[in-house]
Formats: sequence, structure tokens, C-alpha cells
Amino acid sequence: MVKYVLKRLGYILVTLWIIITCTFFLMKNLPGTPFDAERFSIMTPAQQEKVLEMYGLNDPVPVQYVKYIGNMLRGDLGTSFTYVNQDVAKVIGSRLGPSALIGLQAVLIGLALGLILGVLAAWKHNSGIDYFTMILAVLGVSMPNFVAAALLQYFIGLKWGVLPIAFWTSWSCSILPSIALSFSATAQVARFMRTEMLDVLDQDYIVTARAKGISQAKVLMKHAVKNSIIPVVTVLGPIVVNLLTGSLAVENIFSIPGIGSLFVDCIKANDYPVIMGITIFYAAFYMLIVLLVDVVYSLIDPRIRLARGKEN
Amino acid sequence: MGKILEVSNLTIHIKTHKGTVQAVRDVNFYLNEQETLAVVGESGSGKSITMKGIMGILPKNGKVTEGTVMYNGKDLTKYTEREMQTIRGSEIAMVFQDPMTSLNPTMRIGKQIEEMLKAHKMDMTAEQRKARAIELLSLVGISNPEQRYKQYPHQLSGGMRQRVVIAIALACDPKVLIADEPTTALDVTIQAQILDLMRDLQKKTKTSIIIITHNLGVVANIADRVAVMYGGKLVETGDVYEIFKNPCHEYTKGLLASIPKAHEKGNRLRAIPGTPPDLMDPPKGCPFAARCNETMVVCQQFMPEYSDCGSDHKSACWLLDPRAKGGKA
Repeated sequence: MVKYVLKRLGYILVTLWIIITCTFFLMKNLPGTPFDAERFSIMTPAQQEKVLEMYGLNDPVPVQYVKYIGNMLRGDLGTSFTYVNQDVAKVIGSRLGPSALIGLQAVLIGLALGLILGVLAAWKHNSGIDYFTMILAVLGVSMPNFVAAALLQYFIGLKWGVLPIAFWTSWSCSILPSIALSFSATAQVARFMRTEMLDVLDQDYIVTARAKGISQAKVLMKHAVKNSIIPVVTVLGPIVVNLLTGSLAVENIFSIPGIGSLFVDCIKANDYPVIMGITIFYAAFYMLIVLLVDVVYSLIDPRIRLARGKEN
Repeated sequence: MGKILEVSNLTIHIKTHKGTVQAVRDVNFYLNEQETLAVVGESGSGKSITMKGIMGILPKNGKVTEGTVMYNGKDLTKYTEREMQTIRGSEIAMVFQDPMTSLNPTMRIGKQIEEMLKAHKMDMTAEQRKARAIELLSLVGISNPEQRYKQYPHQLSGGMRQRVVIAIALACDPKVLIADEPTTALDVTIQAQILDLMRDLQKKTKTSIIIITHNLGVVANIADRVAVMYGGKLVETGDVYEIFKNPCHEYTKGLLASIPKAHEKGNRLRAIPGTPPDLMDPPKGCPFAARCNETMVVCQQFMPEYSDCGSDHKSACWLLDPRAKGGKA
């Protein structure tokens, strides 16, 4: 298992290098420069040269690439162009907090609610709660999160005035965006849980468990849920990444200084170091989550073996 | 020897999208203490559903609509789900057909046995449960029980898994063991081992056994009495020697005739022509009438009553009715 994880980490590094390389050269082909066009054009050629040299942009692109990789390996991601004199790591770090908090809350809400609804829907198949869950699942998947966000703002924020509509001043500001983001997670988790659970409840070992005379609640919790959760773990990986890395729309609607809006801003501003920094962060985070999902699989289901074992 | 289990007029309906399946119709049989009753019949004759009805583990769309299941003088069909939970496993336990699917794939063998003990033997400590689980594993003939205790089902062969399923069923020393085709999914050498095991265990634990099978070899091997089911009805019951020597119902005769014989080399396998009746719309008369060689007009219209054809040997066939004497074509 340790060997397997180390091997996977090796693959992740290789993949990361490929992603960095592609992104670097693509990014350099973005139209425009990091500088304000008007002000840059009124500088003398000597001044322009000096500015470009200051940011290391006068070298040929391959040389810039080699320098960037060298700096990166030393742990230096460069300084932001737009946030003057600020380290890229620091810029990302300062924006990551709000996104991660909202995302984490959304994941927890989605997972808890989705599991409860999915289990109940399967257990009471073709009942009111089942239909309710299915309608919610369709709504949650098909309704864009910014629509949910706007509705929440209008009703809870404006009409009832219970929670702050926007901005990032206290924890209560994170509640509405979390709920808005959690809809699609809830829907997906509920749908996958319900489908798999319906299948599992028809399995012979559920009848065996019932024949043991253990209570229905125990049959459900100990036998059905654990065997139904694998597909949920699978979809949970991408859900976690999407939610924790921030949503541009929801962050904009709620005026939250998150990483989603930072990413778009830095691309618009040709802020190369920040673009690279966020790309590396996204990619590494995604791959680590996928690895984690695979490890969790093997913990849930002993039949899934990581790496080739000696048995069979 | 008294009757430990007596099923009377048991009728079970299963609701499906297409209509109601009358899976079990007015079935009567009993089980004596320490005896083995074999229930035989082809697929879809209602054998398994009858047993699930007794255990109260019918699928959600299934329901016992009529009849009683008397166990120790109490009617199990009147029991609530909670009350049935105290009976299931501790008094009446069940072994299922397919050992490959009847164990939870993500739970260790030992835990699956202990679960049974946890449910019924509340006073046992965790160590006692573990000791008992390992004892049961060795009782059913599994070598290295300590090691197996920690393994998952996929690490065991089919025969071993069936032994584990039997170990689970025997964990609380049930009075009645219902084995639903315990050997069907196993290969022939393992079948013989499992049957031997069940017979040995019956001697040791004094359990009464109901075994469902469509293998008449198994019946001859293990049963004291036989109940033959067809089309949701019980068509013949009796002592195993009686049934084999003197089958009264035409269906039973057909079944016995279709056993391949060693000296009849090269002949085609004999089969009963036709298909079993549709239980969504069962025939008014004898369910076997459409396939029977001796069928009469009355067979199509009226359900035959049970007639005695030996001591403790009953069969539901119009040919046995006194009025049918000489009337046979």
C-alpha cells in the first residue's frame, strides 16, 4: 500500500510537470501584456526594456521557462504583477481561506443531506420521500448554482433579512454561499446513494442479515450503507475539488474575495506568476484528492486491492 | 417426537406491476422434532417463498394473506416485525442457496458470525463471542479457524463460504434450520461434503431441518420425509421410502422417472413435457392437470382433496379419489 501510494505520487509529479509546461507556453501566447497598455506605450524604449527586465520578461520564452522551473524547484513561485511585491503563495493563500471555508461547508452539507436523503429514498422506495428526493436531485443538478444563490439572497437575505446578503465580514456571511454551492452536491450524492442502495437492498446478503434477526436499522446501517457508498466516494472526489477551489459565479454574486475570482482576474491581467501558481495548486489538489479516493475505496471494500497483490 | 413446526393453509401473494402472483396457495405441512423434511419441486413452485414466509423475510411486495405457522404453539404469522426478530436466527435459522452472494463482501467472516450472537445472546462478552465464532468455524470443518475469522468472503472458496453460512445459521443453536437449496450452487464433491456436514451437525445439535432442493439424490441422502410442491401447491407428502417406492401423484412419478439411471446408457434424458402454470392466473383445478398423462375432466375444474395413500402419506390427486376407481381411461 505504501509502495503504491509512493508510486502514485511519482506519477502525480510527472503529470504536474506536463501540466506546468503546457500551461506555461499557452499562457505566454495569451494576447496582451501584464502592463497597462496606455501607460506602457508612453514609456521610452529604454524604460520599456528596463521594466521587462525587472519582471524577467525580455528573455526568450524557453529561457523564461527554464528559469521558472528552477525557481519553482527552490520553492519560489515568483511575485505577483498585480498585487505589487506580494509573493504568489501569499496571494493565493489569502484568497484560499474564504473559498475553502465555503467549499468545505458546502461539501459537508451536501454529503450529510445527500446521504440521508439517498438512504431514506432507497429504503422507502416509491414513497413520498423517494419522489421528493428525486425531484430535488433533478433540480439540484439542473439548476445553476448562481440561480440558487440569487434566490437565497432574495428570500433569506433581503425579504426575511436573516443572514447577510453579501461581503466577507463574519462567519455568517459564509452560510448563504455554502448553501447555494451545496445544492448540486446534495443532489448528486443523493442520486448515487439511492441508486446503489436500491441495488444493494436486493442483494442476497441483505436477506441473510434479515434472517439473522437483527433490527432493520442495523441491516441498513451495517450492511446496506457501507456497500452502497463506493459510487458516492467516486463522485465526491470531483465535488470536493470543485467546491474547495471556489466558484467564480457564487463568489462574484456574494462579493467574496475567493480564489475563483482571483483566477479569472489574474488571467485578465496577464499576471503570469499567479496564473501558474493557481494552476499548480488546482492540478496538485485534484490529483491528490483522486489518490485519496482510491485509498478510501480499498478501506471500504476489501475486494479492491491497491497495487497487484500476491493473491489471485 | 412432537411437531415443532406446523404450517396450515399458508397462502402468499406477491404484488408485481403485471398483477398479483399467487406464489403459495393453501400449503399444509409439518416438521417433527429432529427430523429432516425435504421440500422438492421445480423452480417457481413456491418452495423458497414458503420458507421466507415462515421466516417473515418476504420481499416488500410479498404478503402472507392466509394461514398459520405454528411454532411451539404460537402463530408466527401474527408476530410483529420486532417479535419475529427474536425468533429469526435464534429459534429458526436459514441457510441460503448461493454462498457466493449470501455473505456481506465488506464484512469479515468472524464479524458476520458474531452479529448473530450479538443479536440474540446479549449476555456474551466480546471475547466469548469471538471464542464461539472460532468454535463454530471449526465445527463446520473450516481449518485454521483463527485465521479465517479475520478474512473476508472473497478470500474463501464457494464450499467454505457455504460452511460459513451454515456456521452463522447454527450460531445460536436454532431449533429449526431451513436450508434453501444449500448445495445447488456447489460442485458435486462439495455438495456431498456439505450434506454430510449437515447430517453430522443435526446429530450433534438435535436440530430439525427443512431442506429445499430439486435434487432427488439429495432427498434420498438426507431426508426423513418429503413434501412435493407444484404450482404453489403442496401435491404430495410422506415418508421418504414411501415416496420413492410408491409415488401417488403423477407429478411425483414424473419427477422420479426423470432421474437419469446409470444402466440406461445413451438414452435421452426423460423430462415432463409442458411448462408449469402461470401463478398470476392459476388454474381452477389441479395445477398439474395440463401436463398430466392421466388427466380427467374433473382435474381441470376442481382442486383435488388430499387422499391417504399410506400411513402418513397424502397426495392431492383425483385418481386417488374412491369415485375415480375404474373410471380411469
